[in-house]
Amino acid sequence: MSLFEHNNNKYKVIGKDIKRIDALEKVKGTALYAADLYMDGMLYGGNVRIKEYPAKVTKIDTSLAKAIPGVVEIITCFDSRAKKHSWADYCYMTDEVKFCGDVVAIIAAESKKVLDQAIKSIKVEYELQKGVYTVEDALKEDAPIIREKGVGLVDGLPSREKKGNIFIDSYYPVRKGDVVEGFKNCDVIIEREYNVPFIDQAYIETEACLVYCDPKDGSITGESSAQNPFFTRRYLAEASGNTMSESRLIQRTLGGSFGGKEEGVGVQIGRAAILHKATGRPIKMVNSREESLMDSSKRHPFNFKYKIGATKEGKVLALEATLIDNCGAYNNQTQFMNWRSSVHSAGVYEIPNVKTDTFGVFTNNVHGGAMRGYSSPQVIFAQEQLMNELAKELGMDNVELRRKNIIRQNSRTATNQLITEEVILEEMMDELLNRSNYYNKKNEYEEFNKNSKSFKKGISLVTCFRGAGLGAEGIDANGAFVQATEDGSVIISTGLAENGQGLQTAFAQIAAEPLGITIDKIHFHSVDTHAIADSGMTVASRGTTMGAQSMKKAAERLALIIKEHVAKKFCTTVDKIDCKDNYYYVVDENFPSNYSNEKKVAFKDICNERMWGGEQLAVYEWFKPELNDYNHHTGQGKAFPTYTYNVCIAEVEVDINIGSVNVTKVTSGLDCGTVINPNTVRGQMFGGIVMGLGYAITEEIELNKGRILNDNFDSYILPTSMDIPEMDLVLFESITKEGTFGAKSVGEPSTEAVGAAIAGAVSHALNKNVDHLPCSLESILKYMD
Amino acid sequence: MTDCKLTINGKDYTLKVEEKWTLLYVLREVLGLTGTKEGCGTSDCGACKVLVDGKAVNSCSLLALKMEGKKITTIEGIGSSDKPHPIQEAFIEAGAVQCGFCTPGMIISTKALLDGNIDPSEEEIREGLSKNLCRCTGYVKIIDAVNIAAAKIKELK
Ligand code: FES
Ligand code: FES
Repeated sequence: MSLFEHNNNKYKVIGKDIKRIDALEKVKGTALYAADLYMDGMLYGGNVRIKEYPAKVTKIDTSLAKAIPGVVEIITCFDSRAKKHSWADYCYMTDEVKFCGDVVAIIAAESKKVLDQAIKSIKVEYELQKGVYTVEDALKEDAPIIREKGVGLVDGLPSREKKGNIFIDSYYPVRKGDVVEGFKNCDVIIEREYNVPFIDQAYIETEACLVYCDPKDGSITGESSAQNPFFTRRYLAEASGNTMSESRLIQRTLGGSFGGKEEGVGVQIGRAAILHKATGRPIKMVNSREESLMDSSKRHPFNFKYKIGATKEGKVLALEATLIDNCGAYNNQTQFMNWRSSVHSAGVYEIPNVKTDTFGVFTNNVHGGAMRGYSSPQVIFAQEQLMNELAKELGMDNVELRRKNIIRQNSRTATNQLITEEVILEEMMDELLNRSNYYNKKNEYEEFNKNSKSFKKGISLVTCFRGAGLGAEGIDANGAFVQATEDGSVIISTGLAENGQGLQTAFAQIAAEPLGITIDKIHFHSVDTHAIADSGMTVASRGTTMGAQSMKKAAERLALIIKEHVAKKFCTTVDKIDCKDNYYYVVDENFPSNYSNEKKVAFKDICNERMWGGEQLAVYEWFKPELNDYNHHTGQGKAFPTYTYNVCIAEVEVDINIGSVNVTKVTSGLDCGTVINPNTVRGQMFGGIVMGLGYAITEEIELNKGRILNDNFDSYILPTSMDIPEMDLVLFESITKEGTFGAKSVGEPSTEAVGAAIAGAVSHALNKNVDHLPCSLESILKYMD
Repeated sequence: MTDCKLTINGKDYTLKVEEKWTLLYVLREVLGLTGTKEGCGTSDCGACKVLVDGKAVNSCSLLALKMEGKKITTIEGIGSSDKPHPIQEAFIEAGAVQCGFCTPGMIISTKALLDGNIDPSEEEIREGLSKNLCRCTGYVKIIDAVNIAAAKIKELK
């Protein structure tokens, strides 16, 4: 059985409900987030933006602002000190405003209030230009070209031969089998189109940083709400002109990120660095909520065009699709993200013939970036709605259609990857069908709907999978440092970052397990780029599954060193030594887990002995996984080392007079590989479900010519405690040789299927094809028209 | 600037403030009490909640000058440095803390709720927290924490 609660756990610390190690300071209010930092002589930095785009700025009048007492520095985009382009496509400042987040001048002032007043006093003159805002318009032959590097379509596919608005680096084809032949053998073929909007990560902490010169060594130092400290350091070094070794980034407690605190945080720290260079004083920058919504990346909107065909028995033979995302004006994510979209573009199904093309287009909107799932919530929505439509066309049960086509052990995915590992998807489906009483409810709801005029009920099941870690998107390498001290306490550090997800605690468990020590002995040192090497980004739910490999390696090596020490002490061999609860002991063959015998020694005593004996007590390890064999031109090959499987069932009640959707229950099952910390996993799953609910029903960045209309939480509506459904979480474990202690990803899978499941349930309730998100009041009323 | 007398966490302060300064601005920028967070500045998220005469209110939307003569409690005034308040303990035990940015505001709302009603129903808890946004937890474990806190407080009585 793969149910987590039925499995015998062979570990000491792994799989246990360990309390978070960073909770106390958070409940006391003493945890320091970047906006909580103050320094003597500190100035407040801020940005000047315009309200229409695209535009060419012709003149900036700063005289009024300069006259305000307390305004220390103003740097406009015309100033020789203004660094414009950043390494990652975005601009620190620009006179060619392409989207709402572009900044035309930056200001440093003695207080927040003076700063606000100064920003309002700057007069900017500009010439408005013709903009492009939708995918459809961006692809028109006569569309204005937004970016020099954009390319056009030739025979319906992106080609460097022509100019246009396509971001060519984000184009990924997948070619498996022969779809033309495949469709010939189908009894049923359907075509559908789906659309999803921009949405915001909406972490409650907005982006913030403090930049100063470290008096100790002269390094420019940035303390920031950075999701990826090393990535943010790159901006700090670039904007300040310092070398990387003289640019130091310290990650502060992060108030949520979900993929969002990457580019926006980077250009923010760059702007602060420019002001710091100009004034010689510490600069603090904190985004208001409005700025955060304008400047930070969003979940990409997609336009999906799908064609799928199956035999009358329900075997899917061919799938063809175009997935086009709206990248906004600048982009540093779509070229990675779309690879993931392409790999998952045919869902968790074994389909012999697949042809999909995924690419992004530039528009004058806010930029698409990473947001929890990195395209999966969008793709799964379209893909699973498509499967529901196909089932309807075939006159077949939704679940049975999935059962006939899902990936199993020894199946081949759309990228022709042979799945050699155990796949527990069908078992997960059955467990969830059972627990949620799916079929009874389905019948009951259909009966109910026949007689109900105002309310309609629906239920829907979604299946999906997710490549764990970076896969062939990048190199999933990482490093970790474990140092024991003379009193037996241990400091661990890694290049990966705690973003609120519970990484500190998971990493502490992973280090504690081989070391045989209790969690309270471990201190997690947050990322400081001067103290640990770059381990790439904390993204793609790679933290625990891949990123902790080096932590495990380092802790194992230190444990071995200690064991050798103990073995020598008791005149025995290393294999006879075990450790537990802060003791190392000689294993008694008859009582292997008993360490109450004579031959034991406290971890702290060994540490003390080694310290005074001048022996090694610290280990740094590096982990680099095998490279995947993947062909990016055909989209064929081994995409990921392992996959997380996911089943989600949602139930809804729709008031068709008002258009409101009430999500009554969500049952969510996740294949965790190995559960490292059930408490953290459940926390992620609850949060992920509620985030998915927002995506399904209320969340959408409303745009008018690139201007964001709902720029605060009064109009950008997040779910509250009043909106949460009943939630049933089911944790599964499966066998994989990949991943730290066999752990798979959790953070993103927790949310990726939820929007799709709710949309499916709404479709069931209304007996309509829900073809876009969110299922807002207006949308529901439209479906019922 | 005007003189303003405020009572915060049992301490009296006499400060010079401007007419338009909010209580949140004074707490964070003037007094350095940064446990109270700003998530929106428009009274839409609850991260800045403090107790004013026992009621949980958004300090971003209150003028500091209007707070004279009232009893203000911030997260720094809940529990003591060596002994967390039972509500704080409950938040840790329940696993109600993820990124923690909403946590001070949630704890303030919980305090106001439990001070008035030590036996809240699930509905009353949800209602009591409905003005506090959390993006991480899905609220479930926060609701659990309120239940655990209520039990702890009752035990102490
Ligand atoms: S900051 Fe006051 S309610 Fe959001
Ligand atoms: S724990 Fe992150 S916002 Fe609530």
